[in-house]
Amino acid sequence: MSRSIVIARRELSSYFYSPIAYVAMALFLLVAGFLFWRDFQPGKPVAMRTIFDWMVWLLVFIVPVLCMGLLAQEWATGTIETLMTAPVGETEVVLGKFLGSLGFFVVLLIPTLVYVGMLALYGRPDYGPIFSGYLGVVLVGGLFIAIGLFCSSWTKSQVVAAVAAAAILFTLTIAPWWAGQQTALPTFWRNVVDQGVFTRYTDFSKGVLDLGNILFFLVATGVFLFVTIKVLESRRWK
Amino acid sequence: MISVSQLTKVYGQTLAVDHISFEVAQGQIVGFLGPNGAGKSTTLRMLTCYLPPTSGGASVDGLDIFHQSEQVRSILGYLPENVPLYTEMKVHEYLDFRGRLRRMDRSTRRRRMGYVMDRCWLKSVEHKTIGHLSKGYRQRVGLADALLHDPKVLILDEPTVGLDPTQIRETRKLIADLGGDHTLLLSTHILPEVEAVCGRVIVISGGKIVAQGSPDELRNSRKMSARVLVECRGPAREVEQALARVSGVGGVELLDGQSDHSMVTAALRPKEGYDIREEVARTIIQHGWPLREIRLEHATLEEFFVQGTANQAMGRA
Ligand SMILES: Nc1ncnc2c1ncn2[C@@H]1O[C@H](COP(=O)(O)OP(=O)(O)O)[C@@H](O)[C@H]1O
Ligand SMILES: [Mg+2]
Repeated sequence: MSRSIVIARRELSSYFYSPIAYVAMALFLLVAGFLFWRDFQPGKPVAMRTIFDWMVWLLVFIVPVLCMGLLAQEWATGTIETLMTAPVGETEVVLGKFLGSLGFFVVLLIPTLVYVGMLALYGRPDYGPIFSGYLGVVLVGGLFIAIGLFCSSWTKSQVVAAVAAAAILFTLTIAPWWAGQQTALPTFWRNVVDQGVFTRYTDFSKGVLDLGNILFFLVATGVFLFVTIKVLESRRWK
Repeated sequence: MISVSQLTKVYGQTLAVDHISFEVAQGQIVGFLGPNGAGKSTTLRMLTCYLPPTSGGASVDGLDIFHQSEQVRSILGYLPENVPLYTEMKVHEYLDFRGRLRRMDRSTRRRRMGYVMDRCWLKSVEHKTIGHLSKGYRQRVGLADALLHDPKVLILDEPTVGLDPTQIRETRKLIADLGGDHTLLLSTHILPEVEAVCGRVIVISGGKIVAQGSPDELRNSRKMSARVLVECRGPAREVEQALARVSGVGGVELLDGQSDHSMVTAALRPKEGYDIREEVARTIIQHGWPLREIRLEHATLEEFFVQGTANQAMGRA
């Protein structure tokens, strides 16, 4: 585990050398800021729900870019060989990369606390939905990062990794949400669509902490991390 | 210290390493010599536990590379081919990261980083970004990393490729210096390299070991027999005939003989066990041909190498 932390720290600090990370950060804050400015009006309910909902949409496009280099770049430059010939295991590497990106994602969220502060200053926000909203965003972010990491594990090309990750995230998040808008949906498909990330996520932003939802995100994240570990190990079977 | 037995690697259809076995004793510097595609990197990747063997096995300091992979990796220092590094990091950050990865505590890290940066002449670039360094400096960063944890065994894959002549000389000197403290296995396709630094050479070609021994042994082996070069002023045909009659001479080849009474250069191949120089000199002087030069020339490993490869190709080795 301590080696995962070492890898996570390196990954986190390497984000600050890349312009992509700053672009992502700026985009994230701008959109959140715009939504806040639009919603934060006298007479409107004091909440951050729209901000949280929009964050998830934004993450579908930002996370693939943030994660595309995690392993693809190691394959492309050959650093994977230096890394794996140090006494570290595949699990430690994958966990380290995951935690590093999750760390960066949390850093991305911190400035949005300013909006919470402003709500607190000018109104009486209900902290429950804010807390559950943040928890939900972190869980969604974790799942998305695990998917981005997985996509980065089997290719040398960062572009391929990003496109693949965006496609998967779109299929899991936006497509089911869109389908859910259609009224005449057979029950079977309705049930499928309700498994979508966005549907599950909206519970959090409403302030509903549902154990099933929390488990859904944790298990899905675990599955993608596990598959990524197997992909890293698979170099041994070739 | 390193013991390899029947090690084999098949990539899909390609047989990259074909049942090779060898031993490397503690403190030895062994050169792993072969042309591109011979299977050097593949062998080193198996020894460093990056790739598992298709069959066969190996051990490092008595530890099995497959079943005790983590222990093996903790006593190995490895410089992969082309020296992959995280280019956005600074030299000291990178070494610090590698030290932490190897669970070295802070004071050990500081001490060892100071030592390896000193040893690899990195002090002046300690705070520079790796991506901005020249190829030569990056190579040293890779070497410093490989040395960081004071490994028992160092494995270097083509450590001087892409360096300029000065850097090559410095790197070889460093490698030679490391010999006593570490067991060293380095791969190369450049012959003077093994002659310069290695106590023992393993020649690999087409995934098979075609020869091994000290550079001297290889040079003196039958295939490698030396030749004597003679330069004198005399009639080419007569010189050739006279030299062919000298006892111990196995063959004469005129290199650039011109018409009568001009320069003749002849290459003589001695029979095994003969030193023909004195007899050749006497013969030439007896004929009254002015002798300009006589020289014993050792064949380079290069020739051996070409022969070894050719033999292999014809299925005779
Ligand atoms: N990852 C790989 N996949 C398929 N074939 C490979 C791979 N790596 C090396 N080879 C093949 O194995 C043989 C040996 O390669 P290598 O060990 O790199 O040789 P060397 O280091 O001596 O130049 C070559 O024919 C090469 O094409
Ligand atoms: Mg090679």
